Amino acid sequence: MSEQQTAPASGPKVKKFMFVNRKAPYGTIYALESLEVVLITATFDQDVSLVFLDDGVYELVKGQQTKGIGIKNFSPSYRALDGYDVEKLYVDAASMAQRGLTEKDLLVPVEVLDAQQMGALMAEQDVILSF
Amino acid sequence: MKFGLLVSEGPYTHQASDSAYQFVVAALAKGHEVQRVFFYHDGVNNATRLTEPPQDDRHVVNRWSALAADHKVDLVVCVAAALRRGIKDEVLAPGFRISGLGQLVDSGIKADRLITFGD
Repeated sequence: MSEQQTAPASGPKVKKFMFVNRKAPYGTIYALESLEVVLITATFDQDVSLVFLDDGVYELVKGQQTKGIGIKNFSPSYRALDGYDVEKLYVDAASMAQRGLTEKDLLVPVEVLDAQQMGALMAEQDVILSF
Repeated sequence: MKFGLLVSEGPYTHQASDSAYQFVVAALAKGHEVQRVFFYHDGVNNATRLTEPPQDDRHVVNRWSALAADHKVDLVVCVAAALRRGIKDEVLAPGFRISGLGQLVDSGIKADRLITFGD
C-alpha cells in the first residue's frame, strides 16, 4: 500500500522510526534524552520522524527562557534537525489547540495532524519510541 | 521472535524494570530470542552493584545479572545517561556493559519488536 520511497534497491532494510514526544521540555529529562536518541538514529540512515503531542508540543515553542530554573535551554537543537536530514516533524492538532498554540508559536516547520491522521502514520511505523 | 527491550525507569520506584524482567523470563521460556535489553534515562540505575534492598524483597539488580549469566542476555547501559547519574564501570553489576545509544538503534533495526518498559 504505502510507497517504498526510503528502501534502497539493495543493502540493509531501512526501518521507519518514530519518536513520540509527550512531555514538557523541562520538569523531567525525557524530552532532552529523546532528542539525543533522535540525533543518534539519524546517523544510522533510518527513516526518522518525530511526533509532538500532549505537553510535548511545548518542546517546540519559540522563546524558551530557562535562566530562572538553572537548566540549559536545549530548544535550539530542534532547529539543527534538518541538518541531520530529520525533516518529518508532526504535531497533534488537539494538543496545540488545547494549549492555545498555533504553528506560528513554533521554532521549526511542522505538519499539523488530527488524531486519525496521526494514528494512520503510527500504524505505518516499524519502531515507535515514546518519551 | 526476536525481541529488543528498552527499560526507561530505575528499580523500585517504578515497576518498569520488574515488568521487563518478567517479560524476558516469559519470552525465553517460550523459546523466543531476547536480542538485547537497553537501559536508558533512570533505567541506568538498574545496573549498579551498590544496591542493597531489604532481605525479604526481590533484588532487582542481581536478578538481571543472573539472567545475563544463565541466558547470555545482553544488558547494555547508555553511556551518556549513565555518566549523568554516576553509573560507571567501577560500580557496574555483573553482566551489564556500558555502551552508546547506537546499541538501542541497533535493537530497533535488528529485533522484530522493540518494546519499551517505562512509566
